[in-house]
Amino acid sequence: MTAAPDKAFSVGTVSARSKLIAAILVTAYALVAVIPLVWILATGFKSPPDSISYPPKVLFQPTLEGYVNLFTSRTRQTPEYIKSLGPPKTWYDELARKRNMVISGPSRFKDRYLNSVIIGFGSTFLAVFLGTLAAYGFSRFKVPLKDDLLFFILSTRMMPPIAVAIPIFLMYREIGLSDTALGMILLYTAVNVSLSVWLLKGFVDEIPKEYEEAALVDGYSRLQAFVKTVLPQMRSGIAATSIFCLIFAWNEYAFALLLTSGQAQTAPPFIPTIIGEGGLDWPAVGAGTTLFLLPIVIFTVLLRNQLLRGITFGAVRK
Amino acid sequence: MRNWKAWVAGAIMSVGLSTSVQAADKEITLCWAAWDPANALAELSKDFTAQSGIKMKFEFVPWTNFADRFLNELNSKGKLCDLLIGDSQWIGGGATYGHYVKLNDFFDKEGISMDDFAPATVNAYSTWPKGTPNYYALPAMGDALGWVYRKDWFARPEIRAEFKKKYGRELGAPQTWTELKEVAQFFQGREIDGKKVYGAAIYTERGSEGITMGVTSALYAWGFKYENTPGKYDMEGAVNSPEAVEALEFYKSLYDCCTPPGHSDAYMVANLDAYKSGQVAMQMNWFAFFPGIAKDEAVGGDKSGFFVNPKQKVAASTLGGQGISVVSYSDKKDLALQYIKWFANPKVQAKWWSLGGYSCHNAVLGAPDFPKSTPFAADFLKAMAGVKDFWQEPIYAELLQSMQKRIHNYVVAGKGTAKEALDKIIKDWTESFQDDGKL
Amino acid sequence: MSSSVSSPDKPRTVTGKVFALSDRAIAWLFISPTILLLLAINIFPLVWTIYLSFTNYRANQPGRAIRWVGTRNYERLLGNEDIWGYLQATAHFVLWTMLLQVVIGFGLALLINRNFKGASFWTTVILIPMMLSPAVVGVFWTYIYQPQTGIFSYIVNFFADVGPLDMIGSVDLAPWSIIIVDTWMWTPYIMLLCLAGLRSIPDYLYEAAEIDRANAWQKFFYITLPRVMPFLMLAVLFRGIENFKMFDMVVELTSGGPGSTTEVASINLKREAFEKWRTGYSSAFAIILFVTVFGLSNIYVKALNKVKQ
Repeated sequence: MTAAPDKAFSVGTVSARSKLIAAILVTAYALVAVIPLVWILATGFKSPPDSISYPPKVLFQPTLEGYVNLFTSRTRQTPEYIKSLGPPKTWYDELARKRNMVISGPSRFKDRYLNSVIIGFGSTFLAVFLGTLAAYGFSRFKVPLKDDLLFFILSTRMMPPIAVAIPIFLMYREIGLSDTALGMILLYTAVNVSLSVWLLKGFVDEIPKEYEEAALVDGYSRLQAFVKTVLPQMRSGIAATSIFCLIFAWNEYAFALLLTSGQAQTAPPFIPTIIGEGGLDWPAVGAGTTLFLLPIVIFTVLLRNQLLRGITFGAVRK
Repeated sequence: MRNWKAWVAGAIMSVGLSTSVQAADKEITLCWAAWDPANALAELSKDFTAQSGIKMKFEFVPWTNFADRFLNELNSKGKLCDLLIGDSQWIGGGATYGHYVKLNDFFDKEGISMDDFAPATVNAYSTWPKGTPNYYALPAMGDALGWVYRKDWFARPEIRAEFKKKYGRELGAPQTWTELKEVAQFFQGREIDGKKVYGAAIYTERGSEGITMGVTSALYAWGFKYENTPGKYDMEGAVNSPEAVEALEFYKSLYDCCTPPGHSDAYMVANLDAYKSGQVAMQMNWFAFFPGIAKDEAVGGDKSGFFVNPKQKVAASTLGGQGISVVSYSDKKDLALQYIKWFANPKVQAKWWSLGGYSCHNAVLGAPDFPKSTPFAADFLKAMAGVKDFWQEPIYAELLQSMQKRIHNYVVAGKGTAKEALDKIIKDWTESFQDDGKL
Repeated sequence: MSSSVSSPDKPRTVTGKVFALSDRAIAWLFISPTILLLLAINIFPLVWTIYLSFTNYRANQPGRAIRWVGTRNYERLLGNEDIWGYLQATAHFVLWTMLLQVVIGFGLALLINRNFKGASFWTTVILIPMMLSPAVVGVFWTYIYQPQTGIFSYIVNFFADVGPLDMIGSVDLAPWSIIIVDTWMWTPYIMLLCLAGLRSIPDYLYEAAEIDRANAWQKFFYITLPRVMPFLMLAVLFRGIENFKMFDMVVELTSGGPGSTTEVASINLKREAFEKWRTGYSSAFAIILFVTVFGLSNIYVKALNKVKQ
């Protein structure tokens, strides 16, 4: 697949009328597609009764109850008991008391979110680091069985995650990596490194070898040449690759569900369980979902121009 | 270059450290499901911390993920839980596979006698093999499946009159499943306070154990047995007896006629929600939730009444509840045992009941004012007198999985007949027992 | 390339020595960590799974002797009619999602390629769903699908009076409930690849066609379609593999129900492996799934290469 100039809008001249039709249809699709997202956002600001009203409420009095419920655990108490506690100390205490609830402590959401951050960024860093080295190695040197190795790296993504989880579960149990952040980082790195190698190899391939050769002539060693000439030029490639590795690690669910528990659990297996605690608390789920999805939505907007390459293993060059 | 490596090394080490560093020594973690009684236990445990100086940490997981999470934890030899309030069906596996510490010596040493606890609970929550004096848990939370109804709706004169006209008897808490269905049908689609309401919220959940728990409360009332001769695993003719078929068909007809729309994957929380939001006239749920319902802002107080699982051919209820066990992979078994010793104390047990837990201690259950202490206490005693549990075999999860699938396929998806579903269950279970070497 | 000039007079510090590694050494130094990691966390487990698939091992029964059972697990699997049901559910899901996404995605790409004002803004909006966590999205859709309080049924009833739609509880609708969510999430992916294909078509081809007085349909069938086809097929390959493995969104949305209507292969695999703990049996199932994906995608890639030429 050859590179094409970005501006090759190829139907030739497009009439104003057909442009208008296209604009209407695409906008209509986008508006429909965005409804669930808006609904998630809106539900986070509804009160629990509003969230299960029939018919669904589009206009409602916004409240932060969902967010309070997301970050706290609460117990239901009798009004007499609540009165005996004295006046509420904070605004969120007050919100909870309105529903005969007393806040008994923080919920686990913050820990799970933090785990997502640690495991997400840790594995992304490792995958990109290893991927950069391997990509350079594959791109610049004669490696025996190169094509086989590259395909082998790719084929590791064809296993269903549950199938991979069976032996990993047994292995981690033996070496004590069950339910540890380190175990999850290693696992996500292994999954991501295939994407990372393929993507970054594409970027390295595009950097002319002449730069390094000039550096070598100047007396630099191969390694110095790599650090001083190739790495700086890979910067945008590394940034894009990092984002895609992070998105995978951030969103991953199956491994986290099966291999983590109280210590290293990330947010995706945790958010569904919000429903099980203290009633079908959709505002809290909406709040948690919003907070969890927000970083990724921001990345999508920032990175929209790099998207293509990342989601296709670099198979399509833009 | 070297900087990068240093970063990686640093990152790995810091992550490794942050997970391996444990909090202060004198702290133990108790694992249970996330529900009202667990919050009550957390409240109760403050006394333990004050007395012993041992801090308590809690890991509560919602019911739909409860078995998944903690069985996985046990099977991966995790050290997360020092104490585990595991479901009654886990006792076989916990004992056989060495997840739980055997407590006989400890009980003897500390003078804790199992005779002080209600026999049904000791048998169900503590012993393995069943009925032998080998204890792997202390009965912690007695529970059974019961029913809740809208007492305020049932009391309205116009509704009562109409019901009487239609069925020729007074409207009240149903005594049999047939009556229950009539009441449910009566309320289904009725308008109350300008809102359309439905008959009953019953368990239909697919993912964990929901629909099995719901269906067995009908099956047991029809006299269901798992085996013809206990311990022989001869299920043909028992599991698919004509009574069992009738009970299963009845449960399906109840699902078809009288549940709210979209009630196809509902367990405890979904039923609670349907009930509290005023959608249904009745719900099935565990006794564990009844204290919470009694003090609920919307349906608490006089608005709700409770009744024990109706009988059909016999009186029986589905067993819930759990015993508390010490996890054998824990590094702090001695501290965990201290907690059990404290918890077994009759005074602590009495406070446990007052906070909303269901004590299994005879001193609490046998107290003369116990039946009057709450609107549901008498029903609780009645239910516990006739509880039946699902298999407690080490391979119970496998047995449960096939039952979930076959029953859901028949009741919710409407595929095949009741007889076919039960026949398939026998086939699955036979295969499982063969694999396990019991057949 | 590899026999390039060795570095001459550089200060011989320790760093200097490290930096003066031979090309061959650097190649191995750079590649081996990745290969080692993949060997440890991908290949070794795969080999182990293959071994386990011939045993009666159960990961939750520590004392139990592992017995070699030959191909019994495989025979049981292939003789089990339920397994075919799970594979059918999977195939139904994969085929319909691919069909819908190709049609809608390609259509959207053609429209966006007309480059109207605001096209890039709306494209970005359309892309958002595919970046989200499928499990979290799956949970939220159970709320959207709720027949009474959910917005899906409400909107449908706004246009057609069909009464409360029990998307998850009804046998007929449940398979479509997961197809709709997947299509919502992943149509943008197909769209994006088609767009890349469309933009790789040089203008002069259309100009030449106009000189030859080709009409719009002819231009579409002789220029656009063949040029976009490789991109489209690649997109279908990637999504097809992912959907064949689908677990997270479906398990959170329907947990395989009602009954086993939406119990796709991965959900059943999880139940066998991590709820029933039939490790040997589920390993065999895992291998069968892997071989299926691998075989199908190899055939597909061959076809793809033909289309490219």
